[in-house]
Amino acid sequence: MNDRYSRQTLFAPIGEKGQRRLKKKHVLLVGAGALGTGNAESLVRGGVGKITIVDRDYVEWSNLQRQQLFVESDAIERIPKAIAAKKRLQQVNSEVEIEAHILDVDPQEFESLIENVDLIIDATDNFDIRMIINDISQKYGVPWIYGSCVGSYGISFTIIPNQTPCLHCLMETVPIGGLTCDTAGIISPAANMVVVYQTAEALKILTEDWGARREKLVSFDLWKNEESKINVSSLRKADCTSCGVHPTYPFLDYENQTKSAVLCGRDSVQIRPAKKEKRDLETIAQTLSSMGKVEQNPFLLSFTVEKKRLVLFQDGRTLIHGTKNISEAKTLYHRYLG
Amino acid sequence: MNLRVNGEVVTVPDSVRTIKGVIDHFNINNPVIIVEHNDTILDKNAHEKTQIFEGDKIELVQFVGGG
Ligand SMILES: [Zn+2]
Repeated sequence: MNDRYSRQTLFAPIGEKGQRRLKKKHVLLVGAGALGTGNAESLVRGGVGKITIVDRDYVEWSNLQRQQLFVESDAIERIPKAIAAKKRLQQVNSEVEIEAHILDVDPQEFESLIENVDLIIDATDNFDIRMIINDISQKYGVPWIYGSCVGSYGISFTIIPNQTPCLHCLMETVPIGGLTCDTAGIISPAANMVVVYQTAEALKILTEDWGARREKLVSFDLWKNEESKINVSSLRKADCTSCGVHPTYPFLDYENQTKSAVLCGRDSVQIRPAKKEKRDLETIAQTLSSMGKVEQNPFLLSFTVEKKRLVLFQDGRTLIHGTKNISEAKTLYHRYLG
Repeated sequence: MNLRVNGEVVTVPDSVRTIKGVIDHFNINNPVIIVEHNDTILDKNAHEKTQIFEGDKIELVQFVGGG
């Protein structure tokens, strides 16, 4: 036994008792970008028992400025973020159980991932998935920590079922919509600051120091030197369809069809087939190699044609880079990949 | 008029008289915003009619998507 956690257990509110509790806990981390890698590194260094990391994307050069678990070779080889994160995290702390999923997670998959999870950490980049997380959290009684950032601005709030308002309560005070993706960029300290708030709350929850919880919604702007902490408990709604008296969990309930979406600020469209089935990348690579440039790693295939790049994952999900036009993307998808 | 917005003292022109006016003054067009006015969370549809006065404390919290 080494003294790996000695400085953390010396911290009285955690102590040996808190450390033992932390070791028994399982965190579901959704997203492995700036927030995801920051949260994962802190919790893994701190000695959480198990962490499940879910991410749909692969590492690109533009990630390296702030996504702290990734290195240049991950971008060169286009390693899926969940895989690259797991590799680095396991080097950081081999005692922690780390599960990685390359997945654009849908409600059904969430229902299986949520098993035995003590806390969900939001490190996603869109509200579609956050509303699904929110409903899963309420349905299974698992707390989650919302966090997001853009530019030099960040915001975080911890949602505890049956205690706090949920994200649906908070967002319903204002129209949902207008949630356009921002092209304002992001500086790493803004992401790190959100990570700091999220991991501090996570440590309190995982070591069961519930009284220490920050109950307020926190937001800040590191460039404008602003910060704000507000009490939003009055926004909890008894008739909320996610957390109210008669919940219907509306965001878990959408028909299972091919989904396509323009990805935030990336000149890319994602196509997700209705039925997930494992694609044989080897065979597809052979077929496509006569028509354009094909590159491959064990997790995905990249095909460049007509000045566009199609990236196909094993589960059939495809990213079309070089267009924001969904119908053009679908045309390319069906032309080359079925 | 001086206000305390998100912890900082700011001066807004006298033409700014309501919460809606403050939001517009800062060019915030994010519809997903929560406003706290003198420690009370405002209903979204109260932004237009809620008047502001010298020294008011206002917190503007925007929901953003990135991560
Ligand atoms: Zn609610």
